[in-house]
Amino acid sequence: MSDNHDIHITEYSVLVKIVTLLMFFTLMTITVANLELGPLTLTIALLIAGVKSYFVLSYFMHLKHEGPLLKILVGSVFILFISIVLITLIDYFYR
Amino acid sequence: MSEHVVHHEEHRDDAGAKLGMWLFIFTELLLFGGLFLVYSVYRLQYHDNFHEASLELSVTIGAINTIALLFSSMTIAMALSAVQKENKKLALIMIGITLLMAAVFLFNKYIEWGAKFHHGLYPGSELMTLLERGHILYFSLYFFMTGLHALHIIIGMILLTICMVKVKTNKINKERFVLLENGALYWHLVDLIWIFLFPLLYLIS
Repeated sequence: MSDNHDIHITEYSVLVKIVTLLMFFTLMTITVANLELGPLTLTIALLIAGVKSYFVLSYFMHLKHEGPLLKILVGSVFILFISIVLITLIDYFYR
Repeated sequence: MSEHVVHHEEHRDDAGAKLGMWLFIFTELLLFGGLFLVYSVYRLQYHDNFHEASLELSVTIGAINTIALLFSSMTIAMALSAVQKENKKLALIMIGITLLMAAVFLFNKYIEWGAKFHHGLYPGSELMTLLERGHILYFSLYFFMTGLHALHIIIGMILLTICMVKVKTNKINKERFVLLENGALYWHLVDLIWIFLFPLLYLIS
């Protein structure tokens, strides 16, 4: 049976703040892409996307207020994916 | 006769339902993750082609769609908070706005894809076969990834419409809201994927 008494309700003001932050990061992504930074552009774009994901996962998807199980699972999935990308890139560059 | 109070214990496991949704989200992340992997390798291999081809896309439309999705992610999170606070009217409005934003997104996608199709640029078209290899790969990945993403938008819209009806008929309420919670999680996933798709497809320099 579920017990809904200890649920965490995210306040509207928090959500507004997060979305403002996300919009700002979007603007930053577009601005950075227009600067001629060469190969750095992709790295920066992915870093910003990573930061945005963190906010979406933590606040919109309520991970911040979940127990350790979900946090560990989500963390594992991202570590798994990053590992696959790194291994593929190593294979690509040193083949 | 003595009174027998029969407790009709309903089987319900909200935590389990949510865990199930997360496990499904993981499979979705890895599905798109695989596509990102294919994209990364081909982008390294055909960097110049990918850059040229990406210039065909409108950054403005991409940016508008990013804003629409981010905004809709906020409104669906607000809908959940509103249900938890017993504010049914606000919840319905927020789900409504989310669906509207989803429609805006799909409309923009239709304009984008429509223009490409109009120029004879679509998977399997004659024009596609004449392009350079890197261009073909870019556009194939573009159509496949945004197409799969748009399919998720449509599924999300159906899911959220069901949630909206259930909020209206009080089947989703302060005590039981796991369906809306999972629907919102799905919607955030769609947003999450777009956060990566937008810079990768539209902003290649």
